[in-house]
Amino acid sequence: MSVLVNKHSKVIVQGFTGSEGTFHASQMIEYGTNVVGGVTPGKGGQRHLDRPVFDTVAQAVAQTGADVSILFVPPAFAADAILEAAEAGIKVIVTITEGIPVKDMVKVKAYVAERDCVLIGPNCPGVITAGEAKVGIMPGFVFVPGKVGIVSKSGTLTYEAADQISKAGLGVTTAIGIGGDPIIGTTTRQAVELLMKDPETYGIVMIGEIGGSLEAEAARWIKEHGTKPVVGFIAGETAPKGRTMGHAGAIVGGAEDTAQAKKAILRECGVHVVDSPAHIGKRMAELLKA
Amino acid sequence: MNLHEYQGKEILNSFGVAIQRGIVATTPDEAAAAAQKLTEQTGTSWHVVKAQIHAGGRGKGGGVKLAKNLDEVRSKSSEILGMMLITPQTSQEGKKVHQVLIAEDVYYPGESETKEFYMSVLLDRQQGRNAILYSTEGGMDIEEVAEKTPHLIFKEIIDPLVGLGDFQARKIAFNLGLSGKAFKEMVAFVKALYRAYDSIDAGLFEINPVLKTSDDRIIAVDAKVSLDGNGLFRHADYAALRDKREEDPMDVEAGEAGLNFVKLDGNVACMVNGAGLAMATMDIIKMAGGNPANFLDVGGTADAKRVETAFRLILKDPNVKAILVNIFGGIVRCDRVAQGIVDAYQSIGDIPVPIIVRLEGTNAKEAKELIDKSGLAVHSAILLQEAADLVQKMVR
Repeated sequence: MSVLVNKHSKVIVQGFTGSEGTFHASQMIEYGTNVVGGVTPGKGGQRHLDRPVFDTVAQAVAQTGADVSILFVPPAFAADAILEAAEAGIKVIVTITEGIPVKDMVKVKAYVAERDCVLIGPNCPGVITAGEAKVGIMPGFVFVPGKVGIVSKSGTLTYEAADQISKAGLGVTTAIGIGGDPIIGTTTRQAVELLMKDPETYGIVMIGEIGGSLEAEAARWIKEHGTKPVVGFIAGETAPKGRTMGHAGAIVGGAEDTAQAKKAILRECGVHVVDSPAHIGKRMAELLKA
Repeated sequence: MNLHEYQGKEILNSFGVAIQRGIVATTPDEAAAAAQKLTEQTGTSWHVVKAQIHAGGRGKGGGVKLAKNLDEVRSKSSEILGMMLITPQTSQEGKKVHQVLIAEDVYYPGESETKEFYMSVLLDRQQGRNAILYSTEGGMDIEEVAEKTPHLIFKEIIDPLVGLGDFQARKIAFNLGLSGKAFKEMVAFVKALYRAYDSIDAGLFEINPVLKTSDDRIIAVDAKVSLDGNGLFRHADYAALRDKREEDPMDVEAGEAGLNFVKLDGNVACMVNGAGLAMATMDIIKMAGGNPANFLDVGGTADAKRVETAFRLILKDPNVKAILVNIFGGIVRCDRVAQGIVDAYQSIGDIPVPIIVRLEGTNAKEAKELIDKSGLAVHSAILLQEAADLVQKMVR
């Protein structure tokens, strides 16, 4: 078991022949991901990385049976590419692209909600099921197969957590990078819910940051339905109000979305909050030994 | 990207939003000429001199003044122009005023009482939809209203696939207690305001106050307009409205070098790859007894040139007592980053503060060896906890 992606996933790459798409697609193939082809409008019929290129996602789905797509499409065209994937029947759409206008994502979010698919991202490192499938840009070797699931808004902080989890001898089932934009397809709560239901996941690491209310919403769900220990970390305790800290969504607006406020809610809901990001692995090891 | 009041109002007006009219000026003479022209155009006899800076609460700091004749326009403009305006939203030093908006007086007496409302358009992050937030309590700090009288704040969520419905605009006007001509004007105002928001890739509109004049017109007296930076590629004309004088010069320089940088007031600087890890690193500095001097995300390609630019930027801040470099190498190899740090160090020559370098991930061991053998005054670490301990030692 695993969530979202596994060794049976048939993955296509949108923006396949571009430099980003080419680089990360080859890394994914090297990891063992079942990449069955790619899409670049106007280049249909060619072969790239020893795989077929299609003009449209619909063609790719018809000919390869693809059910997962990863997007390396520039921000101006990314929203349209997500809609195309959803329309073509792709079940899991992973959007790496950073910088998609909010106006576009508001429409995409409403459109995708009406369809039978899951959108991960945008502005995220992707999803990896350790040892099975890497659908993202993360360094695969950090994710040693094991029993802890990870949900995170941040890229390198996810790698940091995975590294600590692996060094603590626990290893990772699936890590879901949900993204750092103000509007993302899969929320913290939805990602936590997936891992909570996965029988191979024994503990969950939930990494959030300032801005918005996704972590609080997830924590309240955990309080009601949680069956596994959750270690939480919220980045940005020292971030000033009203300034965007790198991620478009990482901005303190009011009293409710500060790191302190979020940590307090997480603690109330039974999440094991660590103040230092250096203690994520250690804390999870303590909890899973107990 | 934030705009000045006068720029925001011009954009709103181009979409049919009624505004308090005004002309921007940079000298007292220009201000007087603007006032004269405005009187010809609008018939106003009094004028309001409004400082143009990117911060709210300008009135509280003495940045908004009423002038009852041309001499007063001149004298009040000369007081405001060039001043360091301190408001609840600026730093303690305040912000220098380079321009004033000479605006018509819209609080003239008439048949009915004037009334101030509050209205903003923004993204409701929880729902992932745009919302219009409005209140009968205009002209004051909305956070205070939210705290004391939350029942006087209303929210209208807009369906992205349908857009703002006429019934929603009517509901807003009803909730604000309007009738007759003022009601019709408010419906038109709301519709034009949302059309503007949707058309220009806005990030936030805050109109405080929206005024009902004594002759029942509805107009925007102030306008805070922010644009979504990610949407600017569609609006070259609006992108050109950016006023870099309003931003921290270090932030501007960093942006031009492709670095994501926010200057802070602390004593320990940091350089990190990735925004989340960068915030987490700031938190570690605080826990180790220091205070972060900045946020800095060098991005995925931390090569020698970027590292050097980042070091030079950090070292401009005299408060910096130590630098913590925290890189988690994934696709980017740590030994490459380490080489970049060594090269940057040698190119800069003398770096007067201790540097702690924590490199983990791909080729971390090779990177540590490279740093340790370089003979530079750099402390290296692999585990995050080791780096935190080193920071603690430095700030003691």
